[in-house]
Amino acid sequence: MARQIGEIILDLKNISLRFGGVKALTDISFNVREHEIRAIIGPNGAGKSSMLNVINGVYHPQEGEIIFRGEHRKDMDTHEAAAAGFARTFQNIALFKGMSVLDNLMTGRNLKMKSNFLQHALWWGPARREELEHRRKVEEVIDFLEIEHIRKTPVGRLPYGLQKRVELGRALAAEPSILLLDEPMAGMNVEEKQDMCRFILDVNDQFGTTIVLIEHDMGVVMDISDRVVVLDYGKKIGDGEPDEVKNNPEVIAAYLGTQH
Amino acid sequence: MTVAHTDAARAASDDRDTFPHLLLAHARMRGDRPAVREKDLGIWQSWTWAEAAREVRGMACGLAELGFKRGDRLAIIGDNRPRLYWAMCAAQMLGGIPVPMYQDAVAQEMTFVLQDAGIHVAIVEDQEQVDKLLEVMEQCPELQHIIYDDPRGMRHYSQPFLHGLDEVIAAGCIHDANHDDFLDQEIAQGRPHDTAIMLYTSGTTGKPKGVCQTHHALISAARGGCSFDGLNGDDEVLSYLPMAWVGDNLFSYAQALVAGFTVNCPESGDTVMTDMREIGPTFYFAPPRVFENMLTQVMIRMEDAGTIKRRMFHYFMDVAKRCGSDILDGKPVGTQDRLLYALGNLLVFGPLKNVLGMSRIRVAYTAGAAIGPDLFRFYRSIGINLKQLYGQTETCAYVCLQPDRQIKFDSVGLPAPGVEIKIADNGEILVKGPMLLKEYYQRPDATAESINADGYFMTGDAGFLDAEGHLKIIDRAKDVGKLTHGAMFAPNYIENKLKFFSFVKEAVAFGHDRDMVCAFINIDMGAVGNWAERRSIAYAGYTDLACKPEVYQLIQECVEQVNAELAADAMVADTQIHRFLVLHKELDPDDDELTRTRKVRRGFIAEKYAVLIDALYGGKASQFIETEVKFEDGRKGKVAADLVIRDVKTFPVTQGRAA
Repeated sequence: MARQIGEIILDLKNISLRFGGVKALTDISFNVREHEIRAIIGPNGAGKSSMLNVINGVYHPQEGEIIFRGEHRKDMDTHEAAAAGFARTFQNIALFKGMSVLDNLMTGRNLKMKSNFLQHALWWGPARREELEHRRKVEEVIDFLEIEHIRKTPVGRLPYGLQKRVELGRALAAEPSILLLDEPMAGMNVEEKQDMCRFILDVNDQFGTTIVLIEHDMGVVMDISDRVVVLDYGKKIGDGEPDEVKNNPEVIAAYLGTQH
Repeated sequence: MTVAHTDAARAASDDRDTFPHLLLAHARMRGDRPAVREKDLGIWQSWTWAEAAREVRGMACGLAELGFKRGDRLAIIGDNRPRLYWAMCAAQMLGGIPVPMYQDAVAQEMTFVLQDAGIHVAIVEDQEQVDKLLEVMEQCPELQHIIYDDPRGMRHYSQPFLHGLDEVIAAGCIHDANHDDFLDQEIAQGRPHDTAIMLYTSGTTGKPKGVCQTHHALISAARGGCSFDGLNGDDEVLSYLPMAWVGDNLFSYAQALVAGFTVNCPESGDTVMTDMREIGPTFYFAPPRVFENMLTQVMIRMEDAGTIKRRMFHYFMDVAKRCGSDILDGKPVGTQDRLLYALGNLLVFGPLKNVLGMSRIRVAYTAGAAIGPDLFRFYRSIGINLKQLYGQTETCAYVCLQPDRQIKFDSVGLPAPGVEIKIADNGEILVKGPMLLKEYYQRPDATAESINADGYFMTGDAGFLDAEGHLKIIDRAKDVGKLTHGAMFAPNYIENKLKFFSFVKEAVAFGHDRDMVCAFINIDMGAVGNWAERRSIAYAGYTDLACKPEVYQLIQECVEQVNAELAADAMVADTQIHRFLVLHKELDPDDDELTRTRKVRRGFIAEKYAVLIDALYGGKASQFIETEVKFEDGRKGKVAADLVIRDVKTFPVTQGRAA
């Protein structure tokens, strides 16, 4: 493989997150290296989504430290995170249902738009040039994800699997350096899962995007990730390469329920 | 002197009747006209004839650099892409023979053709096709080079025998610039009677055979077709049917190079409908099932439309049914009907044609299977000049064409210009003309078997010429059988009647050497699913839906209607269907039940489902069956069901035997 896993770019240290008396995350540390596919797994309610929300600044942990590209900070800020190249998809699809696939993807370019509201309203001069440029980028994403046939279809009319793909597309339209995927394959059939896996691997391979993903399907996780961190009741119980994690007795007990 | 001079001139010009010469002539004389368009990144890109010729030259020289030479076969695998069409011409420039292959075939299916044709070089569309070839590379030791058009995903492939088409063309352009007369000499050596292309038969019976067609045969067929329908350089065609199929080769390659019209390549297989709407082709070809799908879509959407729209649609469709075909055929029609039709055109037919992308169509053809009279009438009645043609791979898909204004629903038209037709004693259709195949590749036995001593090609179809000389096809000559009491049994004829119902996707009729006719039915998931939905019938999937008693009732009504129609025709009245069952799975080319062109493989099905046939003829009321199915990704699974068998009402013959 030409893709080389690089330095640690995101280091989470002793993160604890509480909602009132509920401890969502307790003293969790792990890191993410550049260009790797990093999976977070765990049973329901283990704190996986909370972890992702901490990473892109939706939640602010009460304790702990985040080191992002060498910069120490207590928490992330959503705007800063987006500007720093984070993009994400959601567990329950968060697209604009009434808008076309194309328009949804265009919203992913939001941060890269430079011209002002008035220029856009008049579609004049730089705004027009800019939009054409962004449209070209979006078309590349459409080509990449093979969704040409639904380009102009309102998202709400699409089957679930395709909506998931469109959501990935919107994240990709932002040309992220770190992609956070919250259960990208939940509720999909085998064929859709295979497609999605291939897209995730392709994104990682072709653009060198670092990917942090939450997934329930163990087969998928073990197949595509470079390293896996395992959470259970807000605590980290395992961390390492798929094979290592698979054979960790604590993980087997917690996640798979029985010891074989 | 003058005479001799003209003859010499003609001989010289005939000598240049090859596809590379045609391409160069277009580039020279009308170089700035669009030759090819392709939708890429959401925008239609076009190439002029001059640009196309330049690309083809580069590709030809690039192929020569890889060692491709006169007489070599070049495999071409992929969707309809401009550069894959150009690859055909590039091979022909070097005196090579392009062999387009079905792009949706699985790797193992490809080995036969790769081995049989002795392929050294293959040009393929993308990573998917490269992977397939790599998979069978060991079985095809002669395969030395694989060239891919789309570099996506190919970065990590380091095999030295893989080449990007861009690099091949770039190398070729340098070669062309350094050796200016190399390619022109190669082109000049090409002769009209050289093999221009090898197309493999679908293999409905036994192993596929490579049909060698010459430049002369294809160009004659293309010229005949173009003059017949007045196709010219202003026409537009949408190329979306498999390149390995003779029809696509005739319409998108041979005729395009003869008439000089523009070939449009869709963005992907899934976007054909949208692309068609954007391009608005003037010349269109589709097998009946495409027309059928479109009509089904329209009907489903009309059922869901508001009351006013639905009423309007049905009212004007009645008007169209009454007088639409006659107006198209230039027959006399009353003033009131004309006015109503014009209004209908404004309100319904026009917008409908626009939605289907058919507003600009001058000529549309269908072939490959029988088209239902209702379906055929529908398109003609809304003003689309849909016609049928008849031909096969061995005859460049050029035997019979329906002339404008002489359309009969149940015939395939008059012999095309330059074609001679004869009916053999056993009813088999024999044809002769310039478009006949040169030979089957390395199969002199098969060639001798199919062309008789008088030079007629034996089509294997049974048919007859009617009083006006129009050809009517009944069935495959070898499929026509007999029931035990002696009645002629034409399974296709019966199956087609069943398939004309939108609920029936596929049907297989049995009856040869039996005492009655029985049938397997495949329901159409889209149409029946929608029908079930509107009746609030819940179902869990194909198998479940197929086994519903309500669906059986629906299909039974269809079968009974077919029986009523059969009863009306003395020739086939004895072959009414007595018993039927609805299959639990869709017949699928991946399970070898259909050919890649979706023709039923009767023998294979009879063997595979022998228990079902025994149950049909054994008088059982139901039969359990478990079948293995292959999924697209190569995995296997099982479908099981307890199939109900129904008896159907048959009708007494309603028409005298004399008729």
